[in-house]
Amino acid sequence: MAAPAQRRIIFQHIDEAGYTNDLACYQKHGGYEVLKKSVTRKPEELIDEVKKSGLRGRGGAGFPCGVKWGLVDRKSGKPIYLIVNADESEPGTFKDRYIMHQDPHQLIEGTMISCFANNVKQAYIYIRGEMPHGARILEKAIAEARAAGFVGKNILGTNYSCDIFVHRGAGAYICGEETGLIESLEGKRANPRIKPPYFPAVLGLYQCPTIVNNVETLCHVKYIIEHGGAEFAKIGTPGNTGTRIYCVSGHVQRPGYFEFECGKITMGQLLNDVCGGPLPGRKFKAVIPGGSSAKIMRFGERYKGKRKVGAEMVDYDWAVEDVPMDFDSLGMIGTMGGSGGVIVMDDTVNMVEALANINAFYSHESCGQCTPCREGSLWMKKITTRMVHGAARAEDAALLKSVADQIPGRTICAFGEACSWPTQSFIAKFGDEFKNYHETKQAPKSTAAQPLV
Amino acid sequence: MIQPAKPADLVTVNVDGKDIAVPKGTNVIEAARQLGIDIPHYCYHPKLTIVGNCRMCLIEMGLPAVDPATKAPIVDPATGKPKINWMPRPQIGCGTNASPGLHIRTTSPLVKDCREGVMEFLLINHPLDCPICDQAGECKLQEQSTGYGRGYSRFVEQKNVKPKRTQLGPRVTLDDERCILCSRCIRFSKEIAKDDVLGFIDRGSYSTLTCYPGRKLENNYSLNTVDICPVGALTSTDFRFKMRVWFLKQTNSIDTESSVGANTVVWSREGAIYRITPRRNDEVNDTWMADSGRELFKAVKAADRLTAIKVNGADSELDIAINAATQLCKEGGVAVVGSGRSSVEEQFLTKKLADTLKASTFLVSWVGQGDKLLVSADRNPNVRGALVTGLIKTLPAPKLTDLAAQIDAGKIRTVISVGEDLAAAGLSAVQFAKISVIYLGTHANATSAAAKVVIPTQSVFEKHGTLVNQQFRLQKFAQAVPAPVGTTDDLVVLAKLAGVAVADVGSAWKLIAAEVPALGTMTFVNIPETGLLLDATPWAALPFVEGETLHYKPAVPAAVTA
Repeated sequence: MAAPAQRRIIFQHIDEAGYTNDLACYQKHGGYEVLKKSVTRKPEELIDEVKKSGLRGRGGAGFPCGVKWGLVDRKSGKPIYLIVNADESEPGTFKDRYIMHQDPHQLIEGTMISCFANNVKQAYIYIRGEMPHGARILEKAIAEARAAGFVGKNILGTNYSCDIFVHRGAGAYICGEETGLIESLEGKRANPRIKPPYFPAVLGLYQCPTIVNNVETLCHVKYIIEHGGAEFAKIGTPGNTGTRIYCVSGHVQRPGYFEFECGKITMGQLLNDVCGGPLPGRKFKAVIPGGSSAKIMRFGERYKGKRKVGAEMVDYDWAVEDVPMDFDSLGMIGTMGGSGGVIVMDDTVNMVEALANINAFYSHESCGQCTPCREGSLWMKKITTRMVHGAARAEDAALLKSVADQIPGRTICAFGEACSWPTQSFIAKFGDEFKNYHETKQAPKSTAAQPLV
Repeated sequence: MIQPAKPADLVTVNVDGKDIAVPKGTNVIEAARQLGIDIPHYCYHPKLTIVGNCRMCLIEMGLPAVDPATKAPIVDPATGKPKINWMPRPQIGCGTNASPGLHIRTTSPLVKDCREGVMEFLLINHPLDCPICDQAGECKLQEQSTGYGRGYSRFVEQKNVKPKRTQLGPRVTLDDERCILCSRCIRFSKEIAKDDVLGFIDRGSYSTLTCYPGRKLENNYSLNTVDICPVGALTSTDFRFKMRVWFLKQTNSIDTESSVGANTVVWSREGAIYRITPRRNDEVNDTWMADSGRELFKAVKAADRLTAIKVNGADSELDIAINAATQLCKEGGVAVVGSGRSSVEEQFLTKKLADTLKASTFLVSWVGQGDKLLVSADRNPNVRGALVTGLIKTLPAPKLTDLAAQIDAGKIRTVISVGEDLAAAGLSAVQFAKISVIYLGTHANATSAAAKVVIPTQSVFEKHGTLVNQQFRLQKFAQAVPAPVGTTDDLVVLAKLAGVAVADVGSAWKLIAAEVPALGTMTFVNIPETGLLLDATPWAALPFVEGETLHYKPAVPAAVTA
């Protein structure tokens, strides 16, 4: 079955010849018309549209956006803050950066609509420290929008005022965790907070109710308000509405960004038809479907079980290539849709070395607050580094698994899962490679392997 | 005596199958503690905010299942008890508060696995240098590793290297490799001492506790960080390498540096005191005490300690000295200068002595700057005791101007001083020349040098007694170490001078109970370790000098703002 055509909602104009990131170009393409209409509507109506749309957060967890907005404590009398989570740091994910670089006004419009819907008077864009160019573009775009009356005092002549500030992080993965982000925005170390009691919807930024949404999510809000929540819900599949941007990287012919209806494309179509298949003379070996913390899938394995289609339960028997790329299907087979970062590895990759790379990243990014993640991530890194650069032992695979099993579900934030799932899944799927690694190391290197770059 | 506080809203929680009613909002660690169930923890401290970062107190938690339609609890048909929905993930005990029907498991395989996992993680980068570590014997890491440790290490990699022997301040030494990053010391500095100098730098397992650049941990509460450090990372520079804690005898005592009366433990061995640490009293000092109060024991072995009874400058014996004193008093014109540092029993006998001699009584106030925490402006620990025993009726003045005037007028010829330096209290050399001084005290000073009779007495660490703190809380202290040869218990000396049959604190209390209305029906033994609040109403209108401290608010505006 051939791959469906891309459905470009967020990327509607991005990559078009002559499309620039300034306000004039954005308005020429109908920019800020949705905001103009929105401010004449009731905020509750807008929230209802988002609830009807079934939009799920695009940051990684896939939490329904309407539900998140519904949890906000509106009775406390405290100001409500909205934070745009632009701390896109998950390895393999690069969609938010592209949106901000190419179409910053789309994000600003989506943010302002969301602010108006939630009666937010102050929004922050928390942008990753390693994206100075994006920050400059956003600053410029916000200044343009402010001058044109889309941001700031008395937006479009109404009584409603809301400003946006860009806040640059200092370069830490953990700032993408919403409570860590809030701590960082408050000027502290980005140590995630314990939940309960610090749910952002109740006790967020400066102990006030706070909404934290991903860049892509807020861009979708703009589309939802423009076309209606019911219309958005028709895109994609039930429970996984709208489009998703997949960032494909690694060993495919044409890596890049691709926006498809959620769940309408399978992994095989994405990799083979859209991305042109494996590099010449190679075979796919494994793929991580949702950013490096998602559990890895091994080509050749099959996923069996029952799933709900409409009201009925249907048997499924999928190869990796058959898995639909949506939150629920990927969750069902034991991995996750995550941030949409698809990392492809072919048969030249040694899984121990790949895991050593991932572990080095997570041990470097652990905030160090709670014990299992702090000590576990570094221990796993030390083991895999020793395996690659020093003396690998046959028992290391079992040790790695045991260490990884002591982390998830026991930490303050989801980093515990993020740092242990790669190790758990690599060993579950490629255990033989880990057990035999000490022999592999002694064997002469295959000359067939091409350099990666 | 005051009524116990009204019980707050109680909720029933179930820990390991046992029900217990606790006030709403009590966390699971405290609720389990009431049942005698220990939930191991490192970062949780009852007097600090909860951060939940050590993950040692993970427990399984469940709530009664509720029918979504009727909101009625679902009953398990097999057992007839409410069905419990157990949460799949373990929760932290410190951050989970009691709510109606909360069920907790602390002994399940999952909980055991969590504890063993955390324990192993904490130990992999820990130097395991218990044999040379001062914390050994009172180390939580050591303690929990006997329960949840593996007994051998699976860690074959290089351990992290961090700074050793860092001087964080004048009294605290830090070994970063031993630190388990629980952040208790950081929270203490920020929340209690209000001196936010500690923090972590670097991240992940390389996180390192350090002082803010250019600052030092030198506030007067810095040693509390040593007390609350669950491991041997923060150690007292003074106590370091001095003594193994398991050799030390613990004696309950009271901090006598001010009228706060912080509860303390005196740690001693073979007659020598090694350190003083705070003892928890939620009504007085929580779990804290000032650094200054921990150094008081150094006076015990000070070079200027009085250890020889002297009559007219020559060595003598107690009975001879008492006789000499009695002879001096027989001449009439006697004044007794009592002390706000004496115990209640001594003040009672001082009053007896003054009554017997028909002498006028005086007291000297010592006032300093209060720190609003655990050192109050009144540096006498027991002015309230002098009021309760009737030794004084009004608050003392800083100088003995009345006494000086009476000496100048020739009315006073003999002064008995109970540990008070009359020169420091304002008597001039001319006035000294006009009087005979009988001095009872612990340390040499101008008064002891000028005294006709000197009887060395004992410090608070060498005797039993009680003190009344600023809240009118009667608190007792016990003898920690034997007194040096040549000294005599103040009680005995005062009783002999007054001609009363009192040999020890027990017999003193028989008299006190009979004669002091506010202290009737009591004996020394039945005063609780956390003290007994007395009725303060007779003295409520007095303008006490203290300002606000941790658990004290002045009834009337303070005379000296602290």
